[in-house]
This record gives sequence, C-alpha cells and structure tokens, in this order.
Amino acid sequence: MSEQLHDLRLTVNGVAHALRVPARRLLSDALRHDLGLTGTHVGCEHGVCGACTVLLDGLPTRSCLMFAVSAVDVDITTVEGLTEADGTLGAVQQAFLECHGLQCGFCTPGFLTTVTAGLRQHPTPTEDDARDMVAGNLCRCTGYTNIVRSVLRAAELAGGEA
Amino acid sequence: MKPAPFAFVRPQGLQHALEALAADEGAKVLAGGQSLVPLLNMRLAAPTTLVDINGLPALDEVLVSDEGVEVPALARQADVLASTAVRRVQPLLGLALAHVAHATIRNRGTVVGSLVHADAAAELPMVLALLGGHLRVASTAGTREIPADELFAGPLESTVRHDEIAVSAFFPALGADEGVAFAELARRHGDYAMCGAGALVRVEGDRVTRAWVAYLSVCDVPTVVDVELDDVGAEALAAAAERALGRLDPVGDVHASADYRAHLARVLTVRVLREAYDDARARAVGGRADPLGGRADPLGGRADPLGGRADPLGGRAESRP
Amino acid sequence: MTTKLFGQKVQRTEDQRFLRGQGRYVDDIAVGVGTLHAAVLRSPHAHARITDIDVGAVLDLDGVHLVWTHDDLTGPMADPLPLLIPHPALTHGRTQFALAKDEVNHVGEAIAFVVADDRYLAEDAVGRIRVTYDLLPAVVGIDAARAADRLVHDDVPGNVGARLEQENGDARAAIAASPHTLSLDLTVERSASMPLEGRGTVARWDPDVGRMTVWTSTQTSTGVRAAVAARLELDLGQVDVVTPDVGGGFGVKINHPWPEELLVPLAARQLGRTVKFTEDRREHFISSAHERGQVHHVEVGYDDDGRVLGLDVEFWHDHGAYTPYGLIVPIITSTQLLGPYKPGAYRVVFESLYTNTVMVTPYRGAGRPQGCYVMERTMDAIAAALGKDRAEVRAANFIQPDEFPFDQGLVFQDGRELEYDSGDYPASLAKLKELVGWDDFPAFREEMARQGRRVGIGLACYVEGTGVGPYEGAHVHVETSGKVKVATGLTTQGQGHATVFAQLVADVLGCRFEDVEVVTGDTRRMPYAVGTFASRAAVMSGSAIHLAATRAREKALRIAAEALEASVDDLEIVDGVVSVRGTEASIDLGTVAVLSNPLRYAFDEASKAATQFSVGDPGKPPVAEDDEPGLEGRDFYSPERSTFASGMHAVIVETDPETAEISILKYAVVHDCGRLINPMIVEGQIHGGVAQGIAGALYERMAYDDSGQLLNASFMDFLMPYVTEIPARIDIDHLETPSPLNPLGIKGAGEAGVIPSAAVFASAVSDAEQPYHPGLAITAMPISPSELFDLRRRHPATPVAQRSRDHEERP
Repeated sequence: MSEQLHDLRLTVNGVAHALRVPARRLLSDALRHDLGLTGTHVGCEHGVCGACTVLLDGLPTRSCLMFAVSAVDVDITTVEGLTEADGTLGAVQQAFLECHGLQCGFCTPGFLTTVTAGLRQHPTPTEDDARDMVAGNLCRCTGYTNIVRSVLRAAELAGGEA
Repeated sequence: MKPAPFAFVRPQGLQHALEALAADEGAKVLAGGQSLVPLLNMRLAAPTTLVDINGLPALDEVLVSDEGVEVPALARQADVLASTAVRRVQPLLGLALAHVAHATIRNRGTVVGSLVHADAAAELPMVLALLGGHLRVASTAGTREIPADELFAGPLESTVRHDEIAVSAFFPALGADEGVAFAELARRHGDYAMCGAGALVRVEGDRVTRAWVAYLSVCDVPTVVDVELDDVGAEALAAAAERALGRLDPVGDVHASADYRAHLARVLTVRVLREAYDDARARAVGGRADPLGGRADPLGGRADPLGGRADPLGGRAESRP
Repeated sequence: MTTKLFGQKVQRTEDQRFLRGQGRYVDDIAVGVGTLHAAVLRSPHAHARITDIDVGAVLDLDGVHLVWTHDDLTGPMADPLPLLIPHPALTHGRTQFALAKDEVNHVGEAIAFVVADDRYLAEDAVGRIRVTYDLLPAVVGIDAARAADRLVHDDVPGNVGARLEQENGDARAAIAASPHTLSLDLTVERSASMPLEGRGTVARWDPDVGRMTVWTSTQTSTGVRAAVAARLELDLGQVDVVTPDVGGGFGVKINHPWPEELLVPLAARQLGRTVKFTEDRREHFISSAHERGQVHHVEVGYDDDGRVLGLDVEFWHDHGAYTPYGLIVPIITSTQLLGPYKPGAYRVVFESLYTNTVMVTPYRGAGRPQGCYVMERTMDAIAAALGKDRAEVRAANFIQPDEFPFDQGLVFQDGRELEYDSGDYPASLAKLKELVGWDDFPAFREEMARQGRRVGIGLACYVEGTGVGPYEGAHVHVETSGKVKVATGLTTQGQGHATVFAQLVADVLGCRFEDVEVVTGDTRRMPYAVGTFASRAAVMSGSAIHLAATRAREKALRIAAEALEASVDDLEIVDGVVSVRGTEASIDLGTVAVLSNPLRYAFDEASKAATQFSVGDPGKPPVAEDDEPGLEGRDFYSPERSTFASGMHAVIVETDPETAEISILKYAVVHDCGRLINPMIVEGQIHGGVAQGIAGALYERMAYDDSGQLLNASFMDFLMPYVTEIPARIDIDHLETPSPLNPLGIKGAGEAGVIPSAAVFASAVSDAEQPYHPGLAITAMPISPSELFDLRRRHPATPVAQRSRDHEERP
C-alpha cells in the first residue's frame, strides 16, 4: 500500500515551489530534502532546540513541528532568504560575523531567523530584550554571550541603515 | 523521529471537519500542533487521520466581553497574550501565557489545543480550572459545553471525545471584588514547571471572602483547592498552604522529588495568595495597572491583534467555582 | 618571525557560508532523490538475550531496499568493533558488534539496519521488525556494578574492566605521618557532549574506479578511513573519508567507527546507491556515548598550613556497556587531579566498571572535571578544617614558577611522563582574586544577608594537558594564481580552524590572509592525521602548519632569489609579493609557483609571463636532485609530550532560602593557554566551555531508572541551558606563559572552560549554605534545587544558625 501524495505549492523566500509529498512530510524535511534549502537545520525534531526555526509570514515557527501540507498559504522565509539581494549579508548576519556569534554554525540559522523577526518587532532592544529574543533557541558552542552581543549589534546596524 | 503515515484532511468547513473526524475513530484534530507533532515525531501517537483545522474560517477571533474571554480554536497563544483587552478582562490568562514555552512556540500553539491536550504540567488547563471556565465542543451531533471540572480526566486525558472538535474556550472575567496571581518555578525558563500555582481571591473591603488556589505539575490533573482563607497574615497563609497540601498528592520525577514539590506548593501557595489578595485590593481602589504592562516587552513587541474591539459577544452568564 | 596576524582578533572566514545557510553538514550532502536512507532498530531493553529476530514483515515493504541483522554480516564486519586504545590494565575490554549478536547490553544498542527510499519508510520498516528477547537483570549505576550481584558480561568477574594504580612516593605512609587527616566521598553523575548535530554518515561507492567515498560527522577522518577499509576489506587507497562541516563534537565524535559508519558504506557498495544515515535526537541520547559518572574516595594528610603531605584517591569509573575508547577518561582523572599542586606523595587507583548503560567516551574535559572536582573539594575541606581562607590553602600547595618543568612522577594518558612545561599559578590566583573580588566578598555577603539573601563564593584551579601526540601534519601549496591551499588532517567542529590556521600561514608566508584556504579532515588532501580531541588542534596542526608554511617560504625565497638575481637575505614577502628590499624588483608568489614547476608548455598568461625569467641553470637538471616541482611545503609536528595549560575560575552564587534555586551573580575566569593566536576565538571557546560547565554543574544529568531506561532522553527533560540559564557576563583575564615545546609557544584552549565548573559550584553553593545549615557540603554533582532542598533538610539549622538567619532575614 503506497502512501498518498499531495501536490503543494510552498512559497519560500519569495519563490513558489511545486512539490509532491506525503502528508507526514515535516516542513523542515520538505525545505531541506525536497527543495534543497539545507540552511534550515534539524537538531531535535521535538520543538525544543530551535535550529529549524523559519519565518511564516514573518513570525518565527519551528519547521519540525509543522507538516509541509499545512504550510501552503504562508510566505516562508529561511536563512537563505536573509541575505540581501545584492549578495551582501543582512544586518543580523553581519552582526553575528562581527561579534563571533557562532562557532559550529549548526544552531545559527534558527538564531538568525528568530532575531530577524525579533528586531522587526523590537528595533531597539535592551540587553534583557536581546536575551528574551533568543530565549527559545539552544546553542551548545557559544555560551550565548556573543549571541546576545550580536543581537544588540544587529539592532545598531539595522538602525544605521534606516 | 519521523511520524507514522496518516491520511490528511483539510476540511472545507466545520461540518466537513466533524464528518472527517466521525469517519475515522483513529482521527485527530491538528491545530497548532506544538504538543501533538512532537508526539507524532516520536511515534508516541499515531493517528490514522489528521484533520487540519488551520484553514477553517472564523475560529481565530478572540471575543472579549464583560463576562469573560472566549478564545476560539485557532487563536494563537501569542495573540491572546498580546491582547490588552484580554488582560484587562481576565489578567490571569496573560500572567499564565507568559510562562507557556517560548515565543516561537506561542506563535503557532493555540490556547484551546493546550486545553484539549490536558497536560497537568501546562499552565492553561490550570487557569481554566481555577477560573471555572469551560470548553465548547462540537460534533456532528451538535455542540456541548464541558465545564473545567469535568474536562481533565487524567494524565494527558481530557473528556473531549474523539469525534469532537473543541471550538472555543471560555475564561470568565475577573470580578470587581477579585484578584489573581500566578507563579511557577521551572528548571529552565520556558520549561514545564516543577510546580506552579494560581490564586483567585475574592475580597470585601480588606477581608477575604473566598480564595482558591490551583496547581500545575503537582498532581495528575490540574487541581483546584478552596483554601478557606479568611485573613492574609503569615499564619493564616501557612495554614491555607497546609490545607491545600492535604488535598494534593505530589509525585516525584527527574526534576523534583515529591517532597520538594510539596515544599514548592507550600511556598507558592503563600506567594500567590498574598499577591492575589494585593491584586484584589488594588483593583478595589481602582489603581491596578496591567500587570504585564510595565515589563520589558513580555509580548515580543507584537501589536495587539484584538485592539480595542468592542464586545461582540454580549453577556453570557457563567458559573463560578 | 613577523607577527602581523598572530594575536589579532581576526573575524572568521568560515562564517560567510554558515551565515548564508550554505554550510555543508553531513545531512546536507547528497540531498534529493536517489539517495537512500538508513534507520536502525535499537534495543528497548538494557540487558537481554536475543532469541529471535523476524524481519519477514519488512522484506516486501514498498521502498525498502535492505534489512540486515548480525546474521547478514560476514568477515570482519561480523567481528566486534575495534578496541581503539588498548591498555595493559584493561584486562577485560569489550566492544559491541556492528549489529548485536545474541545479546544486548544497553537500551539503544543497534540490532537491525534498514535502508529505504527515505527515513520515514525506514522508520516504518524498523517498527515492523519483531525481536524476541529473554530479559536479563540490568546493572545500573556504580553501586550496582561494584556490588556485582549481577554481571553485565558473563565473562567479566565483578564487572571490573580494568584496575590501574599509580603512586609517586608512599602516600599512605605520608598520610599516616601527617598532623591532620580527613577523608571525603565525592560523586559526579553522567552527562554527555550533546552537540546540536548528531552523528551522521553518507557513503557512495563508485564501481567504475573501485572507490568508496564516506562523508561522516567525526573528529577523526583518518580513523574512520582505516576502520572502513579494514572492515570492508578494501585497500586504504580505495577509501576517502571527508569530514564536512560538523555541528559540534565535544568529544563524542572522536569514538569510531560507529556501527553506522561501517554499515552505511557496506550498504552503499551492495546497493550501488548513495546511502545516508542521520542520527536523530533520541538515538543520540541512547546510542552514542556519555561521560562523567564516577565515585571517588579521598584520604588526605596535611600540615598546619594546609600543605598536602599525602593524598590517596580511590575511584570507580562507570564506563557503560563497552570500552572502545579504553581507559582514557579515568587515566586523565587520575593524573590531572593533581592540578597546579605538588602533594608530598600521591597514590591513585581506579576501577573501570561495566554497567548496562550507554558506553563512555570522552566529553569535553574528558575526566578532568571529575579530577578537578575531587582535588578542589579536598582543598576546600582542608581549609574548612583549619579555618583558613580557601585561596590561601591552595597557594600553599602550588608548584612555583621557578620549578618548571615539573615532573609529577606519573604516566599521562599518552603514555608519556606527566611533566608540566610552564605556568605561573601564583600570578593566576592573584588575577582571579582581583577579578572576582575575593577579598571584598565577606562585606558583600554581610550586605546581602541584611537583605535576607544568601550568597556564596567558590574558586577552583586546574591544569590541563593539551596538545597530545602522536602527531599532525600539514601541506601548504601556493597555486600559480597566488592562492594558498592549506590542508591538515584533523577535523573541525566550529573552533575556527580555517581562520587561525590562515593567520599562521599568512604570517609565515607573507601572503594575503584572504588568499589562504584551509581544508581539514579530508583524507584526500592529508592522509596522515590523528584527530581533534584533547585541545590539540592549534598546538598540533598549528605547529605543523607553521613548519610547512616555513618550508614553502624558504622555497619561495630560493626561487625568487634566482629569478630576481638577489640574495635570499635581501628578500621580503609582503601581501603575496616577493621583493628585494629597497628596490623596485619584485615577483609575486603565483609567478614563483609557476617557476617552481619547470614546464614545457605555456598554458596561460602567468606561464607566458614567466618565460621571461630563466628557469634554472642549463647545465643542471630542471628539478634538482634534492628538490621537487611545485611551490609546496609539507611537514609534521610530533612533540615529546603534552603541553600544560592552566586556569582558575571563581563564581559567586545566590541560593534562594525558600525554593533552593541557585543563581549566578558573577563568574570569573583566569586562563593561561600560552600565546593566543586569536583572542576572539579563545574567548569564544571559554564562553562555550563555561556554559557547558554550568550546564554540567547545575542542569544536566543522565537519569537512568533501575531497569536501565534513560528517563530524560529528550531536550525537554535533559536540561541543556538556554541563554536564560547562563550569566550575561563572564569576566575573563588572560595570562600567557608560552610553552617551550612548540614553535608558537601555544597551549590548547578548547576544553578549559568546562573543567573547574563542578568544583567551583560545589564550593560556592556549600559556602552559601554553611552559615545556615552547618555541615552542609556538596559532595555530589550536579546539584539541583530539589537536591539542595534535600541537603538542607538533612542538615537542619542549629538554633544558633536559625537565630542568625532570622536576624539576617529581617525585611
């Protein structure tokens, strides 16, 4: 008995993709394995680590806790969509570079998407705000100190552009 | 950690959703999925059909009235938390929601889903139980209301039947003579609590007339205790905590021993009763500000999605505990 | 040596791809249709005999390509996995089979292997395999292992895998003769590396050329290569192992080969398809490796100044069900326990014990956190017994700066003498006391007590043998474009090797930093290598790269001198251009590279331009007898012994009088890893290490029940800290005592941050509680609020302490 497949259109980073997947295909797997957008990482598949966080209509969401078939009516932004059109790093990416906000890089995409959304809603965070913003993402390498610095620096950089 | 296969239904309307549920005894409703999908990924649950109600219309508008807050099935926890109108009418909801997991989870997770999931370690079942709210469920046979004290049957077990969809939850408004408080202790910020408590205190002048405390992460189901408080002195509060302990049967796990849980329940009982009393007194003199208002953005900066909408629901009388 | 980049906070080159979502981790390799996916059936029981496996329900499943149990494996694949580090004391070493044969010894042990079209189908198939078990009683925890009422392996009496004793002097006699003695029992529980990326392996067999390519998330490419070649009966030259980006290792990925690292290539060869295994989180909890579980007994004799005259330590190490990594962890504990101190005499003996739990291999710090905890708790106990300042007692025991090299008279984990190369412990302690405000603390404590708050301070010192051998190598190749390709064989898990190694090369070679590209962990580029562990990458590969780059520089200068008709001594290389000092004459490194390779054919502008220079002497062979074509340098670094980094941490904690919650008010680190190549990266390593240390001290443990089930095998219940659990600031000060053992004067830095955590928190929490609960001392780590609450009840406040507390807690 083979599994029923569903035809979907996912809009990711402004591009519409057609794909055919079973209902149980997690959004994280669809992005990574069906669309080749491997920047979204899978760290726990139970919603705790945050590495798979993508933006759905601008709001951070765990892509491992959603099925691709449920993500058809939203704009999805992944880490690949955070780079500027001209290829330069976005403010959040640039800040993480400057502040050594990453080491192995595995959790980084989830932080970048989360912070991107966070700064949109909260452009001038205090240090406490910056910590709140990343409070749902696990990092095993950095001890978070430089991640918090990166959030504050990203706010500065984004402010500079405005 | 990948889910077992299931049939998938994206219903055209509520009736279609109910029919799909009724057609398969192994079917489950998918709303926010923040509790359900981890279980599916770990294959601890394997429904044969998922009925994804996320596309259904008219299930996301929170209705706020003088009577209370009616939260429909698709209202996300983040939106309810962000609503100043909700916090004004029933502040306990916001106080508790701020402790539900992390902002990213709240973006997708629903209030109603959390209630149906019936986790005694979760905040919202305790809130509904303490406030004496109810869940409205629909099936092909019609709708019914399940009062909070009949909703939670056991660990992760609610009395919502498999062919029913919880369409909304009702949280009664805070009375003019009432105050509330919420506190929990978790190992990590955002975790399920080792112990949590909410209090609802009714006053007449500076005298307590009734006081209830409800607990999460202490027993198998959210537990409400009428602590028979009549005074908020240290001795009376301690006695109230002892009365509460008499009604609780804390269990130990990897995070907290049963004795430690009992101790925390005692500590939190005193804290929330005192705070709820102060809250009630402050309200009585009209000087109570939004308890979340002064905090550094507890809402993640989201605009209030409900704005200052007028009461569209009208008055529905609700029973109190 | 000109040092332009050495010591600079250079931003990381590797970050560009990570930030753009273009990192390439193992699961990102061979994405898309065509790749097959593996899943593993794992034992649900801690100890059982397998009486039957029925795979009948799987064989005809759509999308399933292969199902294996042990019976399907032949030749070397059917043998137990290798015991990687044999040691004479490991008299009863045992390793698992790639797929369990007859018996399983822990929950999670691999039993059957399935390959299917995707991971979903592979998991479906695994769920349909029926195994019949005869349950056996499980041995869980050190007490049960020591009691030996039940055995993990029938043929290992007493569950004792190894017993090892070392002694320097006559410790027991020294203790007997000491004016004061005390004894302590100290426990540390299990934890784990828990990288955010689990294990993973992809393999592709090319039948046309008879070559196997394996991508795997490992800390040793060459080790995996050797293992795959041996077990699949291939020549080493037929196997390439590539370690792409690795999402954290922290020790667990040094063990190899994992069953899947052999089964995946084997399946790829059999099926003629690319096969991938990506471990999921639950599997990582129950099927990789843990560390830290040890119980210790200390006897110590000391004088009136707190000087340790004799130290006798006995400990029991829980190594789980198997011992593939030998005795490395307990040997490190037994030797590194000494830290910066010089006891009059020292004896240590350990037993390494089997239990029906996940096996143990090194986790960041590798036995040192336990050793540091034992020694530092002993120092605290001596100070308490003598009523002395804890820092003073430590100072009385320090090895002094003029005593280096200092021989501790023991054999270290690498089989070499435990001889410290350099350090300045009194200077470190002075810096730490200043940084944390040690002398001001009593006043702070009083002030806090007036507010009803309990605070405590703790400190802990460690010495860490880093940069262990046997060797690493490097290859530096200047391309005709002027780009410089550098390869070293050890792997990278986020330490910024591509950046620091490029700094070293740019400094030596005089090329531009941007022109250097570093490749690690690819056996095609550097087939001789050991691996990344024991804080050795910068010391070992850094030194090798320095040496290789020096060779390339020498050759570049020799060729340039001929081309420019100048003396080597008059040349300099700046920004990739070799020039004669004080003249216009110059030649860029790319052109030098062209000249280094005598060509018959001009193939591009560079080689055409180069023809204007004469290539060598017409009377001699174009490539001299002692030379090779190409502008390359290759060298190896193999030190006599480890270099010893050191450091000291202090923490101020607050404990809640009601809830027993523990919070961190201040955390201070003084760190000496010799000369710093890139201070930004070193500080990042310290931040991460400290966070992992806090995790291990206050949050993380592996909670097994008596039947051997791991009760918290998820990120919900295994409490890895979020940002909210880590203090906003870590105060760091550096001390640089260069190592005389390598050309750069460096020591390892990767693990250091995690080593003193259990010790420093045990000290601080005890210090906070003792005024209120006399006699309360933390002897088991980690410490949770629930356990602190329990300790408080076991050490009730005396009436005096109660009064003083009531007094202090007035509002």
